[in-house]
Order: sequence, then C-alpha cells, then structure tokens
Amino acid sequence: MDPVATPYFFYGLSAVAVLSAVGVIMRRNPVHSAIALIFTLLSLAGLYLMLYAPFVAGVQIILYVGGIVVLFLFVIMLINIERMQREYQFNKQWLVGLLAAAALGALFVAVYVKGQSIFPQHAVRFPEQLNTQQVGKMLYVDYLLPFEIASLLLLVAIVGAVVMAKKRI
Amino acid sequence: MEITTLHYLVVASALFIIGTIGVLTRRNVIIILMSIELILNAVNLNLVAFSRLYGLQGQVFSIFVITDAAAEAAVGLGILIAFFRNKETINADEIDLLKF
Amino acid sequence: MADFSNYLNSNLTPGQAGAHLWVVIYILIIFAAVSLAVIAMNWLERKILAHMQVRLGPMRVGPHGLLQPIADALKLLIKEDIIPENADKLVFWMAPLVVVITAFTTYIVIPFGPTHAVTDMNIGILFMLGVASLGTLGIIMAGWASNSHYPLLGSLRSSAQMVSYEVAMGMAAVSAILMTSLRGTGVYGIGSPTADAIGTLSMIEIVRAQMNQHVWFVFKFFPLGLAAFGIFAIAMVAETNRAPFDLPEAESELTAGFHTEYSGFRWSLFFLAEYAAMIAVSSIAVTLWLGGWLRPFPHWLSGDAWDTAFSIFPAFTFFVLAGMALRTTVRMPKHPYFKIQKAGLGVFGLLLGGIGLVLLVPPVRDRVQDIYWFAIKVAAFMYLYIWYRGTFPRYRFDQLMRLGWKFMIPTGIGVLIATALVGVL
Repeated sequence: MDPVATPYFFYGLSAVAVLSAVGVIMRRNPVHSAIALIFTLLSLAGLYLMLYAPFVAGVQIILYVGGIVVLFLFVIMLINIERMQREYQFNKQWLVGLLAAAALGALFVAVYVKGQSIFPQHAVRFPEQLNTQQVGKMLYVDYLLPFEIASLLLLVAIVGAVVMAKKRI
Repeated sequence: MEITTLHYLVVASALFIIGTIGVLTRRNVIIILMSIELILNAVNLNLVAFSRLYGLQGQVFSIFVITDAAAEAAVGLGILIAFFRNKETINADEIDLLKF
Repeated sequence: MADFSNYLNSNLTPGQAGAHLWVVIYILIIFAAVSLAVIAMNWLERKILAHMQVRLGPMRVGPHGLLQPIADALKLLIKEDIIPENADKLVFWMAPLVVVITAFTTYIVIPFGPTHAVTDMNIGILFMLGVASLGTLGIIMAGWASNSHYPLLGSLRSSAQMVSYEVAMGMAAVSAILMTSLRGTGVYGIGSPTADAIGTLSMIEIVRAQMNQHVWFVFKFFPLGLAAFGIFAIAMVAETNRAPFDLPEAESELTAGFHTEYSGFRWSLFFLAEYAAMIAVSSIAVTLWLGGWLRPFPHWLSGDAWDTAFSIFPAFTFFVLAGMALRTTVRMPKHPYFKIQKAGLGVFGLLLGGIGLVLLVPPVRDRVQDIYWFAIKVAAFMYLYIWYRGTFPRYRFDQLMRLGWKFMIPTGIGVLIATALVGVL
C-alpha cells in the first residue's frame, strides 16, 4: 500500500514543527514553551514515520515527549516563574546572537545550493516491517561498545542529577 | 512534487537555527535547555533523513542522540534546581560567580 | 464500492488492507463502544461499590438505577462551564482535549480480534505505551493552568508518579515482548518448541506468538511470566490514577486534585478519559499476557465440536443477563407506582435476549467470538479496578514512591534478566 498524500503531510508536519519551534524560543512563559516543544517533537515523530523509521518515531514519543518534556514541566512547576515573567527575556548580546545564527543559516543555504548534486538521487527502500529487528540487531551486534558507553553515560547522569538536586547527601 | 532528502534537510536546518537563536539570546536557563533539545532534534532529523540514503546507521545513531538528550536534560535540570535553591533566580547571565 | 464489500472477505485489518472507509467505520464503532462501556462502567462501579459496602447504590432513576448514568451525563452537560479568572485560558481549554485524545488514540492498535483492529503497526506496543504516557501531559497542563494550589499539587504528584511507574511498566512489557522471540517449552512442557525465533512489537503478532507457542505468556517460564504480569497489573493502576494510587485526585487531601477547577462538560471529558485509559491499559495487559482474543485452551480442546461449544458463549452470556433482567421484572413490587419501571426493565431484558439471538446466527457468531473473549478478559480487569477501590486504603506519597522505585523497578529488571537467561539456556 502506497502512502497517502505524502507531500501534504510533509508540509503540514514541517510547518507545525518549525512554527512551534519558534514558539519555544519566543514565549514569555516557560510552560507555553514546553507545550510548543511537545508539538515540535510530535511532528518530528511524524516525519520519522514518513522516512520509514517507525522505531525511532516510537522512541521519540515515549522518551522525549513522555519523559524529557514531563521532566521539564515538573521542574518548571517547582520553580517560581512569576517573577521571571516580568523580567527582560532576552540578554544583552541578542543582536550578536542573531547575527551569528543568520551567518550559520547562510552557511547552510550555501552548502545546500552548492552540494545538492552529491546526494544519491534514489532512496533505498527498507522493508518497513523489519525495521525494529534490523535496528536492534545493529544496536546489539555492530554498535555494542557505543551502546555500553551510552548506558555508562546514563549511569553518570543519574548520579550527577541526584548529587546536584539533593540538599544533603 | 516528490519529497526529497533535501526537503528534510531544510526543515532540520531551520530547526537548528531556531535552536541556536534560542541558546544565544534567551536569559531563562529552562528555555536554553529546551533550545538545546531543538538542536539535538534537528540533528536527529538529519541523521534519519540520511539513513534513507545510506543505510540504517543513521537511525541507530539517532537513538544514541536521544539517550544523550535524556542524560543532558536530567543533569541540566538538576543543576538548575541546585542553582535556584541558592540564588532564587534562573537567568543565565546571573550565573557568573565561580563560588558562593 | 467494490473495495467496500471485498474487505469483508479479507483477513487483514482495515488499515493493512488499505480500506479507508472501513477504517472510518471501525474508528466510529470503537468510539461508540468505548463510550458505551464507560457509561456501563459508571453504573457498575457505583452498584458494585455499594454492594461491597452493603448499600443499595442508585435505585431511583430507572429500574435499579439503570438510567442513572444518563441522568448524570445530562446534568453535566447543562451545568455552567466555569473558567477561573486567573487561569491560563488556552492551556485550561487544551488540557481535557489532550487527555481525551491520547486516551482514545491508543485504541487504533488494540487487537479485538485477528482482523478487528483499526490497523496493525509494527511498533504497536511501543506506540501504545508512548501515547498512554502522553496522558500525563494533559493532567500536568490541567493542574498548572487552573492557577490554584490543590490542582498544582495534584499534577505534581501525578507527573512524579507516572514517570516512576512508567519505568516499571516498560520493564514488565519488555519481558513479555522478549517471550515472543524465545522458543521456551511453555508451561510444564505442554507447549510446542517450534515457534519462530523473531520477536515482534506488533500487537496482533504478539497474540499470534502466544497461539503458536501454545501458552499464554502469563504462564510461560512459570513464575517469571506471572511476576511480570503482576508488576504490570500494579503499575497500570498507578498509571491510570485509580485507587489505591489515586493520589493526584485524593479527595480527602486535595479536594479533587488536578480537576478541582473543572466543571460541567470539561470535567466529564476527564471522567471519560480516565475510564477509556483504564480500558486501554487493561487491553495492553490482556494482549501481552492473557492471550488477547484467544479462547481458553485453543489447542487442548480443539475440534469442531469444541469450537461450536465455545462460540455459543457470547449468546449464552446475553441470555443470562436477559434472564436476570426478566427475573427482576417478575419480582418487582405489585404497586402501580412501579408500572413504568417494570415495563422498561422487561423491554430491556427482551432487548438483551434479542441481541443474544442475533449472536447465535453462525456468520455473526464466528466474527464476534474473538471480540467476546477479549472483552470478557478486559471486563475482569475492570472488576478488579472496582474491587481495589472498594478494598485498599490509599497509599501515602512516600510509600508510593518507595514501592515504585525500590520494589517494582528492581523486580522488573530482575524478571527481565531471568527471562532472557531462561530463554537462552
């Protein structure tokens, strides 16, 4: 079965992703930013599905939206945000920052215009049904050492977070 | 019109730049952390888009990036809570003392 | 139109067959059925709780209070809809929607039968757990947007509780998914060792794996499957914020927790979502451990005679219900005051009997019995939910966290490792 209305889905999802990303950095209230971030993450999960990466899309939803954003919201509620909303939201170097980001954008555009021809034209069509099995096999056979290092990183992060956030250990 | 890899790359670079602007200009540390998440997601989109062309390595690596993002958020928010407890503020430009 | 009628002969889910019209029909049927189930649960919960406490429960509206849920729904719909002055209007408006949408989105991958699912995703269980965890966001948004102390405390509790119990739930689910790929010998050596060795995340394939391995996963590797199931069964109560883990809405401490400031229709959306989520999470448990749509002993008691015998069960259930209704009709007091109630209950009983008769028709019987076995297993979980609520006292928050982090997660990881070891050896 062929995917339905692919270009429309792509443009819709990308528009939601980019617009809510703008919302993340423009909103005065951190909770609104977090909600905008949820929309970005969900539409990115949709884009992953369109790229035949269902496992990554599932991990994106369960880990990013269900885990990391909930953590953000939890911390925002612990912190008194009333006062911060009345202060200046942007720092003194905002103009420099904007210029630097614009330069980065120009660099991207230059790369895409000049280097368009080096990509292969035709996409490889993976068997979507076996995506999870293939990713799992690659993760546990070819990339076992990075996987273990990632688990070590998570352990360090847990210990670090507890040490940082606890008053008395 | 068919959607090519370049389309995805353009979306990814837009997200990356928005994230960069957020990191460089906002004062609120929570928003800065969220902008970092945006940047990491842009990278992920790039990786997955290229995995369409070159094989599954991109998807595997994007899972590592998500793991990294989780670790980063946990430690970053931990530091944030410790800082807020001591200084009653979470503005990045007031975090300028080496010792208190 | 040809597609429309052709689908009836296919043995794929409508999503896989690409029959878009049927996808819409299935979604509408599931939405209606779940709403009906929520209404029924509302009545049953009040009745069963009342009988557990030696009360009568609702008796006034309709015979034995049968019309009480409808009266409640009407009351909620015409109640004034209040938004607090200082609430964050947009988020306040969005929160119930998020909760309802996430609760109902999970239903698109639940396999009520080999063909009775909206679609079959190859990341089915991952999708379900992920979308179910999005419900937390709605609760946090509701609590924060109300701009009041009790809702905020409720939503803080809810987020901490759900993030903790999701881990235990995931560990238990992973050990069941692992079993789909392991060739183990099943319970006490009855099963066949010929099942294929490729694991799967798809809900339908998980049930098929239990079929091929001749064992429900709750009985596989005997204590291990049961332990994983137990962890999931506890974590899912915490995940849906039900007693004894209903701290986010503990009425004796936080008035009504995260939905204190909600009223009328918005509140009823939270109510609907809570029950829909309970059914959804129970369906995950049924699919992973209790063999989904499989009838009891599909291999041991096989053959045409047994198939026919088991396929009469749905009709039989409805006949029993009809008999109960008619018996009550006969036993109604003779006073003329009860005339209308008597007639109503009689018609209701005849309606149930009629449904039972329709279910006896052979083509209907064959298509419906999968759904029946799935529904009866889910119904057992629903009864357990009510039973817990009638029996257990509420946990204190630190006890809840201790149970989650210090008992459930280590046990879950232990069971996972043991399952892998037993399966490989």
